[in-house]
Amino acid sequence: MSKTTAPGETPAAAPDDQDLGAAGSQLSTAPAETLTGVPSLGVIGWARWFWRQLTSMRVALLLLLLLALGAIPGSLIPQTGTDATKVAAFEKDHPTLAPIYDKLGLFHVYSSVWFSAIYILLFVSLIGCIVPRTWQFVGQLRGRPPGAPKRLTRLPAYTTWRTEAEPEQVREAALALLRKRRFRAHVAGDAVAAEKGYLREVGNLAFHIALIVMLVAFAWGQLFKMEGNKLVLEGDGFSNTLTQYDDIKSGTLFSTDDLTPFSFTLNDFKGTYEVSGPNKGTPRTYEAALTYSEGAYGKDKKTVVKVNHPLEIGDSKVYLTAHGYAPVVTVRDGKGNIVYSDAVPLLPLDSNVTSSGVIKVLDGYRNAKGVSEQLAFQAFFLPSYAKGNEVSSVFPALLNPVLNLEPYYGDLGVNSGIPQSVYQLDKTHMKGFKDAKGLQMRENLKPGETMTLPNGAGSITYEGTKEWANFQITQQPGSGWALGGAIAAIFGLAGSLFIQRRRVWVRAVQGADGVTVVEMAGLGRSESAKVPEELGDLAGILYDQAPGAPDPDDDSADSSKSPDPQAVPAEGAEK
Amino acid sequence: MTLAAATELAAAANENLANISNTLIYSAMAVYTLAFFAYIAEWLFGSRSKVGRTAAALTAQTAAKKAPAVTVKKAGGTAVLERPKVVVRAAAGARDVPDGPGAHGGDEQGDLYGRIAISLTVLAFLIEFGGVLTRALSVERAPWGNMYEFNITFSTVAVGVYLTLLALKKNVRWLGLFLITTVLLDLGLAVTVLYTASDQLVPALHSYWLYIHVSTAIFCGAVFYVGAVSTVLYLFKDSYENKLASGGKPGRFANSVLDRLPAAASLDKFSYRVNAAVFPLWTFTIIAGAIWAGDAWGRYWGWDPKETWSFITWVAYACYLHARATAGWKGRKAAYLALIAFGCWLFNYYGVNIFVSGKHSYADVGLGVLQSAGF
Ligand code: HEM
Repeated sequence: MSKTTAPGETPAAAPDDQDLGAAGSQLSTAPAETLTGVPSLGVIGWARWFWRQLTSMRVALLLLLLLALGAIPGSLIPQTGTDATKVAAFEKDHPTLAPIYDKLGLFHVYSSVWFSAIYILLFVSLIGCIVPRTWQFVGQLRGRPPGAPKRLTRLPAYTTWRTEAEPEQVREAALALLRKRRFRAHVAGDAVAAEKGYLREVGNLAFHIALIVMLVAFAWGQLFKMEGNKLVLEGDGFSNTLTQYDDIKSGTLFSTDDLTPFSFTLNDFKGTYEVSGPNKGTPRTYEAALTYSEGAYGKDKKTVVKVNHPLEIGDSKVYLTAHGYAPVVTVRDGKGNIVYSDAVPLLPLDSNVTSSGVIKVLDGYRNAKGVSEQLAFQAFFLPSYAKGNEVSSVFPALLNPVLNLEPYYGDLGVNSGIPQSVYQLDKTHMKGFKDAKGLQMRENLKPGETMTLPNGAGSITYEGTKEWANFQITQQPGSGWALGGAIAAIFGLAGSLFIQRRRVWVRAVQGADGVTVVEMAGLGRSESAKVPEELGDLAGILYDQAPGAPDPDDDSADSSKSPDPQAVPAEGAEK
Repeated sequence: MTLAAATELAAAANENLANISNTLIYSAMAVYTLAFFAYIAEWLFGSRSKVGRTAAALTAQTAAKKAPAVTVKKAGGTAVLERPKVVVRAAAGARDVPDGPGAHGGDEQGDLYGRIAISLTVLAFLIEFGGVLTRALSVERAPWGNMYEFNITFSTVAVGVYLTLLALKKNVRWLGLFLITTVLLDLGLAVTVLYTASDQLVPALHSYWLYIHVSTAIFCGAVFYVGAVSTVLYLFKDSYENKLASGGKPGRFANSVLDRLPAAASLDKFSYRVNAAVFPLWTFTIIAGAIWAGDAWGRYWGWDPKETWSFITWVAYACYLHARATAGWKGRKAAYLALIAFGCWLFNYYGVNIFVSGKHSYADVGLGVLQSAGF
């Protein structure tokens, strides 16, 4: 028999289409696009209309587009969150534009009202979409695949043959075969209906739910996050309380009670570097050996923190973010009394850890006349000094350390109440010690060497060098949930995009001449080469069990006996 | 100075290898150029054959309102052992247009040139691959420390994707000319504007997440690129079919070129599959980046420009996938979304590196050159 069909012709109007409509329906749980009509029923009507709009695919699409558009300005305009100084510079350069930007929240796009509105609406829409879809899907799982449409010929993949086997036999064989292939199958009337690929829907729902989990985890993390810095000298310790931090930033709902109780001691910092070759000086490892304890009375444990390998304690992470040297110095007054003895952390200036800083003697010092005064030493430190290279270190490790000091005396101005950096020297009320030629005194010290200040003002001794490490301690609760959500999202997405949900029907009926006519058809959510392939495969196996019978002699007579003699427009499944 | 910055002092180059790498890249360009001419020859010879299948199919449909007849296999007594044949039918509303025969248009000589072009592409790919490999060896790190390296790696992967699809016997031969043209542009840009001597310092943060993150990013970009090319071709072919279906007469050039491409529906499906297939990987790329940022910078997500644009790209592709599932947005509208999404990817790669400064430091290398080149 041969058939003529005209695809792409009559749309959903034809009456037989309802037939396929039922069979093809619910192949996904995507909401139907029925958004026409304006409500007429007062407030509730409007609310319902609004809700339907919001949870429609079309609005979800628009909100997604808006989300992408809304994220753009934040990448082009400086943001307070990432670079406050750039924002300040921008405000200075654009006096008219900046206030407008500020009003629009363009300096903090991702926490602005409008950006939040977009994603909150999107996620409300998402929840409003997921809940009914989940119910619908549960319903589909409880129910059975829809029965065969009347005209299987109109499905995107179709095959037929005649066989001597009884219709029941064929159906039974088909049922067994489809079940073996993990289809959900049942006999409905004269045909077997089967469906497979439910994991696609599971994946899709899991993906969308995972998005919500990620958003909630992220929001949670933003509200309760904390980030602080602490510079620790070798041998010194840190305990996680507010007062111990050098600086700290936190989310709106974070309270100091939320600080994970722990403490640690920096036993040793070790940096190793490439010692030769073209990469000389390139850092190979940075390791901070810590002894730490969790909780107030935790047991001491040892660990090593490296770059990219933070220490995790509860919700907190301890990152190693910088290191440097801290020369140990002893300052004596004219009488030889020790007025200061400590390790002074210096800040690195370059990759060979040339460092600078200030040693400040704030109290306890009296000058030669017995008057109370303050001392300061501008310090410049080269961990590896090489002759002829006075201003920078030649290697990052402590090979030949030299401490260059410039002594000053006077008033450091620390009592004025203005906070000042421990690494900078305010010289307004300080005078330099002069050498014999009347120039600013300056000396290079090696470990153990002492610089004597003129006129019995005392001395400073460079005792040795400690290393320091800077730790960033962050607390970002919810990141485990965010990661879990992200992984679920990827798997859900893969399931949703790679798995085909499809239906197969096998109809076996007795033809007028007593011979059984078998018809098989397949329908997928999207047109896919896999559906006909699979159908061919199934048909091949079934054909072996219900082999073909010879055609009746008269071909033309056959066509009138076949179940679907008419030429009908093809109406396939659609994505 | 932070440790992260300190670790950026990467290996200085092994000059020999770096020179070999440069030679290989130039050689690859030369061979790609030959391949380019061979593809052109394929198209030229192909134009001799008068195909007009699309027109035939469409006029048949509109004129007779009758689709090509389908014959269902009769299980006659003689053919009992033969399996029944499956009849496949286009979805509702879809035009039943056969795929074009490809660039050679069924012309034997054209086909020969096409085969030569593919062989040359394979050769050029191998040479370019060698160039990327020696470049990587010369600096003892992954070959994506700066935009030059990124570009050469990117085009290598894109060609690799194309050749893999070919090897899998997918119908993608028609992509050849379009792909190689842009690969040549990409390489040209790389060796002129973006070139960065191999001994430049680059970030070499020691985290395997960096390797995972960047390699998947490049791969996703290459696949998105293939998707974008076929989307553009889809748009052309679709207009062409629309014109024919409404009785219009497309120009001779359109006739000659577009008729040989696969049907619009096939192109559309191909680009959808390609984009959909890498979308989960792109999702993974962003997440891997976030995990790495969490380990390296102490925060998972900070709306750094690179992060932001990865997010925008991701949302744009999600829009595209949604659009395909929404009635009024299929076809051309969805295709425009796919192109916008790829535009976002491109901007993330070039635009953000050039116009916006962020934490992703590899972008800095080569910037000076661009600025002096008037960017
Ligand atoms: C947070 C933003 C969202 C993102 C990133 C997103 C992403 C995606 C992606 C990538 C797909 C493709 C998977 C596939 O084709 O099977 C998809 C499918 C889908 N999305 Fe969303 N989506 C979002 C929000 C929503 C919302 C608000 C709704 C409901 C109105 C929704 C309903 C759907 C439906 C029904 C499908 C399946 C379509 C189908 O079965 O072909 N999504 N989504």
